Formats: sequence, structure tokens, C-alpha cells
Amino acid sequence: MDLFTTGDPIADTKAPDGPIETRWDRHRFEMKLVNPANRRKLTVIVVGTGLAGGSAAATLAEQGYHVKSYCYQDSPRRAHSIAAQGGINAAKNYRNDGDSVHRLFYDTVKGGDFRSRESNVHRLAEVSVNIIDQCVAQGVPFAREYGGLLDTRSFGGAQVQRTFYARGQTGQQLLLGAYQALERQIGLGNVEMNARHEMLELVIVDGRARGIVVRDLVTGEISTEMADAVVLASGGYGNVFYLSTNAKGCNVTASWRAHRKGAYFANPCYTQIHPTCIPVSGDHQSKLTLMSESLRNDGRVWVPKAKGDARSPKDIPEDERDYYLERIYPSFGNLVPRDIASRAAKNVCDEGRGVGPGGLGVYLDFADAINRLGRKAIEAKYGNLFEMYERITGEDPYEVPMRIYPAVHYTMGGLWVDYDLQSTIPGLFVIGEANFSDHGANRLGASALMQGLADGYFVLPNTIANYLASGGLEKVDASHPEAVAARTEVEERLQRLLAINGDRTVDSFHRELGQIMWEHCGMERSEAGLRKAIDEIRTLRDEFWQRVRVPGDGEGLNQSLEKAGRVADFFELAELMCIDALHREESCGGHFRAEHQTPDGEAQRDDDRFSYVAAWEYTGTGQPVLHKEDLTFEYVHPTQRSYK
Amino acid sequence: MNLTLRIWRQKGPEDKGQMVTYPVQDVSPDMSFLEMLDVLNERLILDGEEPVAFDHDCREGICGMCSLMINGEAHGPQRGTTACQLHMRQFSDGDTIDIEPWRARAFPVVKDLVVNRNAFDQIIAAGGYVTAPTGSAPEAHSTPVAKANADAAFESAACIGCGACVAACPNGSGMLFTAAKITQLSLLPQGQPERYTRVIGMVDAHDEAGFGGCTNIGECAAACPKGIPLNTIGRLNRDYLKATAKRAGTPGS
Repeated sequence: MDLFTTGDPIADTKAPDGPIETRWDRHRFEMKLVNPANRRKLTVIVVGTGLAGGSAAATLAEQGYHVKSYCYQDSPRRAHSIAAQGGINAAKNYRNDGDSVHRLFYDTVKGGDFRSRESNVHRLAEVSVNIIDQCVAQGVPFAREYGGLLDTRSFGGAQVQRTFYARGQTGQQLLLGAYQALERQIGLGNVEMNARHEMLELVIVDGRARGIVVRDLVTGEISTEMADAVVLASGGYGNVFYLSTNAKGCNVTASWRAHRKGAYFANPCYTQIHPTCIPVSGDHQSKLTLMSESLRNDGRVWVPKAKGDARSPKDIPEDERDYYLERIYPSFGNLVPRDIASRAAKNVCDEGRGVGPGGLGVYLDFADAINRLGRKAIEAKYGNLFEMYERITGEDPYEVPMRIYPAVHYTMGGLWVDYDLQSTIPGLFVIGEANFSDHGANRLGASALMQGLADGYFVLPNTIANYLASGGLEKVDASHPEAVAARTEVEERLQRLLAINGDRTVDSFHRELGQIMWEHCGMERSEAGLRKAIDEIRTLRDEFWQRVRVPGDGEGLNQSLEKAGRVADFFELAELMCIDALHREESCGGHFRAEHQTPDGEAQRDDDRFSYVAAWEYTGTGQPVLHKEDLTFEYVHPTQRSYK
Repeated sequence: MNLTLRIWRQKGPEDKGQMVTYPVQDVSPDMSFLEMLDVLNERLILDGEEPVAFDHDCREGICGMCSLMINGEAHGPQRGTTACQLHMRQFSDGDTIDIEPWRARAFPVVKDLVVNRNAFDQIIAAGGYVTAPTGSAPEAHSTPVAKANADAAFESAACIGCGACVAACPNGSGMLFTAAKITQLSLLPQGQPERYTRVIGMVDAHDEAGFGGCTNIGECAAACPKGIPLNTIGRLNRDYLKATAKRAGTPGS
């Protein structure tokens, strides 16, 4: 049996035409509005409370809709956006260094290796400036210059300084801004907040998304929640690799359940491996910790020139060091985009020049910056990151260079959405990392925060109104046969997991799945490896459903049961990721196929065959259907990306 | 190294709960504290026992979800470090380690080491924000903020809402948490219009949620993994006093 079949191409993305600068404005004017008096009669469910979900829930409630918000954490403030360190891009051009909306648009399309939709990216660049205004008004304490104005710094893939930041905790500060706006609406009674609740199924009535089935993680109670529209803001799926920089609870379940109900999943193989993470220290490792990309502003990446050089870094003289990023990419140097920096690190380690235990690490050295700027200046910029590094490794990065290695960090793929951020299921909107839009095959640093807040504050609240104003939404409640069926499915699945009572833990399966994915669907993929991975995933998945042990019952807090449901969904996603990676016989951005590289080892795209979004339809037969959305580039013409 | 853990086990809110002893072997000094608990839980599951429930998520010290009282200290012995960032190299072979949940009236135990910190959200909902509906913001550079104020606001804004301050306080007071937000917003021009209604609203919500009063003991600041300074509480008190004198919210006051 073939791994997949090919269906009809996607006919309409709803992206407007005409001059790109005016598309969003015109589209906003053409969309229908909901009268303020009617908004309170409409209920919107928002799943997830990160930058996208938190900002969307708060904004929709401010506009007058009745909002029901859900998160698996104990408080909406803890969503994993909180861990984003470096910053947020915006085309403010406060530096007078040649930035503009068009340049941010250009950099993002190019950085994504020409695999994103131009209309969406331009809109993102346009609203980026509003985000900074909004966050400042909320009291987000961005870094400032002595004159009281906002400070910016540079990030990978850009030659302008457009990244706004709050020390190394930008995500935290932006998220708390959105969280506080959300709490204000909760206090006013406009948002019904349900923390420690997990979405386990989507309810579709008459072809439209009308609700979700959720489990109260404290009492174990399953309930069906109905609404007029559903918004998924449930984040990315990097934890399919087990080890990633994601929080332990991050999962694909909400997205995957929607996919199984008919939402297409786009470009699942586009995963971002972040070049600067703390290397793995042993088998007990439960997650990986990122060291912000901003460190590459002042840190220099190097390995010894000689293979197997085991000397302490201090004893290796300057002329025996290879500052390989500066050598290979002189114009961008240490600030090349993430996919390029990660692969370069892998290459030097594969050559046997890696450092630290197991040879899986490269140095990120601040000695020059400390000499040039003084220790105090480095402390002010990166103090918290240096402390974090020392706590984890027991080494002082002011004295010894940091050791870093790439780790899974972000997923560009996600549920397919049109220009209105609506999935292929009417009434189901997907925002933030959970959707596939905007970043193409590689996301630039400081663009995730920008996209999450753009979607939640400025895009979705406009586009969802157009859907809600279009009418045709009959009143339905939880007793509708479709809602009852969805709930029954959830209950049966939980019972099935609890009844296996096998002899392996959920984590042991997750870890093994992660190893398969890292080895064959990680930084470098090949046809043989991917085929092998698909076989191994299928075997392991069957074993999971026979041998997993989930202790306890469903009647209360049961963290093993939560994990088991998530890992079961990761198994299905993992297979689709490998199929997607296998079918895309080219290299682009975060997707690097060993068979497709230029003579000097850079990613080799094949625009004639693969200039499209791969949107996968679930069939339940193990053989998904591929629908292609052709990508056209009217403004940024595809070229071989060069950062040399 | 080999350790003896004494862990608080409590089936649910109504259960009385007790300390239970578990030996753990072959702990690596490079493990985080939570990874050590993972190892214990894996073993308990295979032995047919219930694993220990504990809250955690980001495991990089920023989400504020982890919440363990370790040997009587909130987040354990290392200063400025959350339990998830605490590594086993801080302990020695043969140690006995007591692990308990946060204990405070406002944070009831849900199960084992998991507590309910919803009261913190209620305090924020009562005023811990600037009213700035989406779309209404002026140009970001229209109001400069002195760098010293922006930096000090950031220092308070670094609070992760973990609740260590409450767990460490003999009174179970949430005043450091409340003061951190009050301080951040009162230092910024954007926070001025609601400055005095905010402090009244948040302090009232704090008291209603069952937190104890502050008697300036200072355990909170010592236990805070993010170094929120104790003088934020002084700032809160000053604003609170002014607010009551001004009868917050009346025009022209």
C-alpha cells in the first residue's frame, strides 16, 4: 500500500489579491461585522492561554463576546509562551537602520525559505508595529535606553535591529500582559476561565465546529462545552521528540483531535531545531533548556580545528580554533538563521570536532565580548541566562565558554488555515504556533511572539466576526447526538488506556518514540531513514496499545492518564511527520534531506516540484490524502538563500 | 548517590495525608530534582503503586508551576532557584530529604504535592492590570519612561507566581506577590490612572482569599526564586495608605 494518496488541490485560501500593501485593509473592510448588542449572545471557546490564546480571549471578551477559555496548567499565566527569552520583532524602524514593513515581510519570507504565503506574512509585518504599542500600554517593562525610549537588538536572519526585548524574559513579560488583560475580563465576568482542563475532542454539528469535550484534570469529570465558534491556540508539537525545549505538558492532542475530525494538517515535517541549547547530560534527561539566540549577538561559536582535541578550551590557542560560522558565513557570521546554525553545529560534531561529553557540543564563547564591553555589561544583558546555565551545568560561563548543541524548539507546521485563520472545518479557527501559517519552512528568531500576538490581538478578532456575522448557526446543546457521540468516544478511549494494565510506563514509550524521531526525522532526513522510522513507529505504537501501564483510575487527578492520551496522539502525528518528510524530496529551511543539498552542503530547494503547502487530510485508513496549496511569489522572488 | 525521600502523600483534599518513606538509588548529581522524582515515579508505576503527583511544566524556572517544600525550604536549599532548576549536586550521598506541598490556608492541597493557587489569579483579576483594550494604545514612543523606572518595574515584573513567598511566610501571607505587581505598575506612567483603585482592589482580594497579614518577617523575599525585593511591600503599604486617604476613585482626589 502506498503511504498516501493525492487529492484535489486547495482551491481557495481567501487571500485577497491586488497590491499587497492594501490587502489586509481591504479585506477588513469587506468582512461582515457583528453588532455590539449581538456579540454577548455569541459564545467563543478558546483552547490555550499562551500569547495567541490569551490575547485572543481577552480581546474577544473586550469586544463583548462571551468567551470560555481552557488551559491544562493550573493558571492561564503558565502557558509555555512564558519561556520565550529573546524578543519580539516589529518594523518600527526606531533605529533608522533601513527597516520597514516591507523589509520585515521580505526577511520573513526569505527566512522561511520561500515556503510561506506572502499575503499572510505581509499582514504580520503590518500589525507588528501595533503589537509594541499595545504591550507598552499594558505596562510591559521593555528594555529602554537612557532617554526613556525603547531599546532594540538584532536577531538571526536580519541585518537591522528590530527586536524589542525585556532582558532574557520577553515571552514572560508579553504573556503576563495578555494574562492580565484576560484576568481583567475574567473579573468582569466576560470570560469563563477553566484552568486544569484538557480538550480531548472536537464537536462538529452540521459540518461546523460547535464545541469541545474536556476533562477536568482535578475531578476527572468529562463535560461537553458548546459554542458558536472554537479557537485552538494550543501550541506546537515539538514534544513528539520527547526531548525538546517545550514544557513537559505541551502536546498535540487538541490539534490532532481536530485533524481526525477533518481539519487538514499542514507541513508537519517543518520543525525547528534551535542551535543554542544546553547539551544532554544523561539518560535521565527530561527536557532541554534553550539559551537565547540573543546570546549570538555577543558570543562567538567555535570548535577546535583538530579532531578529538580534548584540551580545556582555555588551553586551545586562537589559531587552533575554528570559528566556523564566521568562516563559512562572513556576512551574517554568528547570526545566521537557526536552521543553518544548527546544521553547521551537527556537521562539525559529525566530523569529530564536537566538545564535551559524547562530543555533542560546540563552544559559545563570551571572552571577547567580556574584554570589549566589560563583565558588567554582559551581566546586564544576559545575567539571568548565565545564571541558568550555571545552575544546570555547574560551570561558570563568565570563565569557561558555554557548551551548546541544537535541540527541537518550535514547529512551523500545524493545522492548515486560510487567510482568515480558519481551518478546513468551518467555525474552527487556529492561531499561534498551532497553525502552520507565516513562518514557511523556518521561523526567524523573535517572530513567534510576534505571530502569536498578531493572531490573537489583531487578526482573529476581525476574521472571526466575519464568520459569526454570516449566520446560520442554530442553537445546539450538549444533548445533540454529535456532542453525545464525541463524549462517548472520549470516555471509551480513556477506559481503553486504563484497561491495558501492561508492563511499560508511558514515559518509556515516549522516550523511545522521541529517539526514533530525532534520529530519522530530526536535523537531517533521508529516504531510507524515514521509511525505517515509519515501520518502527507503527511497531512501537502497537506495542504501546498492548503494554502500556496507566496506574489509577479516571476519577481524579491522574497525571499518567493525561500523559498516556497525549503520547497516543504523538504516535499518530509522528507517522504523518515522516510521511510528509519523505514525500518532500527537497531540502528547505528546517527540513533537510540528505539527498538534496548543494555541493557545499546547503539546503537545495526544488521550486518546480515543491513550491506548495502540503495539507494532509486524515482518512482513518493509515493512508492520508495530500492536498496541495500552490505558493506564488509576486513580491519576494525565490532565490537560493545566501547568508554568506 | 543513594537517598532517602520522605514525601507527603495525600489522596485528595479530604484525606488526612502522611509522610511516606522511599529509598532511591543511583541518583546522578547532574539530574534535576524533578528528574530524580521522575525516576522514583517510573519505579512506583512498575511496582503497581500510585506515582507521586507534583506540579511542573516548563522545567526551566519560569512558568512558576513547580512548588515543592524541600527540607522545610520553599524550592529547596539553593538561593534564587526554583525546584525544577535545583540539581542533585546540591545534595550528598546518604541524605534524607523531606518533600512537602506548599502549606497555606489560601492554597488547599489537591493531591500529594499539588496545591490550588487559584487565589493568585483572583488577586490579579481584582486590579493587577492596566486597562488598555486592544487597539486603543498610543504610539509606543509617545511616553518615554526613565530607564531606572523601567528597570525597577522589570525587577518586580519578574515574579513567576509560584507561591513560594506564601509557603515560606509564617502567616501564609501573599503580600510579596501582590506587592510585586503593584510596584511594577505604579513605577510606570501607564499604571498611574488606576494606581490607587488597583491597590485597594488587590489587597481586598488578597484578604478575602484567606491569605494572612504581613508582619514584615521577610521570609518571603528570602525564599523568592526571582529575588523580588522586600521593599516592594513598603511601596504597596505607602500606596495603600495614600489610597485610603484619597478615597480612591473619587474625581480630583
